[in-house]
Amino acid sequence: MKKQVTGQGTTQAWVWVLALIAAIAMPWVFYNYHTGRQSGFVISMLSQMGMMSILALSYNMLLGQSGLFSFCHAVFFGIGGYATIHFLNLAGGGALPLPLEVIPLLSGLSGLGLAIVFGYMATKQRATAFAMITLGIGELMTTAALMFHHFFGGEGGVNSNRVIGHSLFGFKYGPAIQVYYLILAWTVISALLMLYLTRTPLGRMANASRDNFERVQFVGYDPRMVRFLQFALSGFFAGIGGGLYAITYEIVTFDALAAPLSANALLMAYIGGSAAFGGPILGAVLITLLQSGVSLMSNSWLVYVGVLFITMVMFAPQGIMGLLAAHGPIVRAGRFGRLLVPYLRVIVPALVMVLGFVGVVELASFLTIGAAQGKSLVLFGSKIDEHAVMPWLAAFVCLAAGTFWFSIEARAFQRVWDGLMAELKPQRSIA
Amino acid sequence: MTDTALSLRNVNKSFGPTEIIRGVDLDIRKGERHAIIGPNGAGKTTLFNLISGRFPLSSGEILLDGTRVDGLPPHRINRMGLSRSFQITSIFHRLSVFENLRCALLWSMGYRYSFWTPLWRQRELNEKTSLMLEQLNLIWRRDTPAGLLSYADQRALEIGMTIAGGASVILLDEPTAGMSNTETDNAVDLIRRVSKDKTLVMVEHDMKVVFDLADVITVLVYGQVIASGPPQAVRANPAVQEAYLGSLAA
Repeated sequence: MKKQVTGQGTTQAWVWVLALIAAIAMPWVFYNYHTGRQSGFVISMLSQMGMMSILALSYNMLLGQSGLFSFCHAVFFGIGGYATIHFLNLAGGGALPLPLEVIPLLSGLSGLGLAIVFGYMATKQRATAFAMITLGIGELMTTAALMFHHFFGGEGGVNSNRVIGHSLFGFKYGPAIQVYYLILAWTVISALLMLYLTRTPLGRMANASRDNFERVQFVGYDPRMVRFLQFALSGFFAGIGGGLYAITYEIVTFDALAAPLSANALLMAYIGGSAAFGGPILGAVLITLLQSGVSLMSNSWLVYVGVLFITMVMFAPQGIMGLLAAHGPIVRAGRFGRLLVPYLRVIVPALVMVLGFVGVVELASFLTIGAAQGKSLVLFGSKIDEHAVMPWLAAFVCLAAGTFWFSIEARAFQRVWDGLMAELKPQRSIA
Repeated sequence: MTDTALSLRNVNKSFGPTEIIRGVDLDIRKGERHAIIGPNGAGKTTLFNLISGRFPLSSGEILLDGTRVDGLPPHRINRMGLSRSFQITSIFHRLSVFENLRCALLWSMGYRYSFWTPLWRQRELNEKTSLMLEQLNLIWRRDTPAGLLSYADQRALEIGMTIAGGASVILLDEPTAGMSNTETDNAVDLIRRVSKDKTLVMVEHDMKVVFDLADVITVLVYGQVIASGPPQAVRANPAVQEAYLGSLAA
């Protein structure tokens, strides 16, 4: 038993090492030999994935690990960003003799400082009251960002130049690829530190107070103190993410601390899977892909994110990581092969259903936003008239037929799945 | 300072206009096994909630080893050496059995809120936790999430978490409720083992368990102590027979 557990742990560690190697190699996969440069789009997307991973992981210190629903997490990301712009300006002017590589540490400390102040207020409560207070904090800071021009620069935000001419390794950090590797390094450091935290007394008591805050008191801990420390530390890491954001874009506006980004942190942690440590990274990668990839192709990408979120909440509350983990026993028993055909049989109708849904959404969107932008819907090189009946009919038929077909196949899949689970059960109880 | 572990002085508790505990005076000596019995709604669990700091008193004093503890939050009282279990199992259901016990040990071993100590390298802590697992007969359930344990195992874990921190005064709230006869025997055995050299106070409905374990029995009826003393004396007390043991004595 014990051996098996460590075996799983090592497999997981290897998956993450491979993911890291992929992250290092990715810019060179999209290397353009004509221009002799990496793809700017890919690098910017990868950079975004890095900082969003930090944001989502730090958010999950609250959501998944402590059972706290925060609606103001972006505040600490944002303050890290704003502070970093000022640090960069100071460093560029020679007043702050620090290499660029360590500036994210200061960003983290800025996040920590603010999280100590707000955490003191919010963590007096838990559950719904806590969520309400954080909602208030989020609104408060958004307003403050627009009011106090000196620090936040109003609507235009504040900007700086990341080329401060001071580096530990002699990099200039002009080219985006260098910044990407800086982000990657800080992402790995932050993720490892956060993983470490989950294996300390505080991290464990945060889990305990998530499960049963009352019992925590009767083993000698003050659950409020546990929440406070966990909140403050999560603010530290969010601040690091914000610092990297500032270094990348060299401008920070109130978007970096406003509610939509807080909601994004929640989406990423939840969709990726808040029960597993690495889940939020998956969520961050997926949401960033949707955000940067799909948003190029479609005006309605937010609709897809929203539908994905609702689907996950309804059918896979454990997130993507939970879905993957559910396959663990089947794969280990060597019976995954028996799921292949059933999977194929649900995926085909699912694709038809999704196609129909996308068709309806896109037709609707081109009828309204697209028309206003003077764009038209082009599919496989031919123009599609969103006022004609045929495209609408085709989309609706796809959606309806796909949904019907899918519901039948999904039930069949469920039977196969339950059968497999029943077969595996006796084995598991022996183990 | 004294040989009194726990002392209640004229303790009162009302919820709104309803008086639940009415002037309870009680002295529990060190090392004593003390059972509190009484009909449903007599206020036994409420009394535990007052002693452990879960509810504030309406009036009166509670002293633990001669120090006043009423008005202190539960975690402070716990740190002073008083630990309690719950009638409705109260464990960390998503954490493994091992983690549950380790959480119960952390504070007493001085880890406080440390976020820099790696748990997996704390040899003494982990050995102590494993020892607890053995004592509780839960070694085969080490990595099972506590929420998935059988009822009897959860009750054993509940008792284990209560005594893990090495508290000198242990309050057990109906430790054998809902158990089969064999399970009850095992639980009594476990309680006897783990409460050695400790002060034990328990609320219990099972008279067999009470007479098996207790040195002193206190009978609580409608928030008042109507009798307190050695089992034989309490059994013979006419007021008790009338109020509570009536059917048994007949």
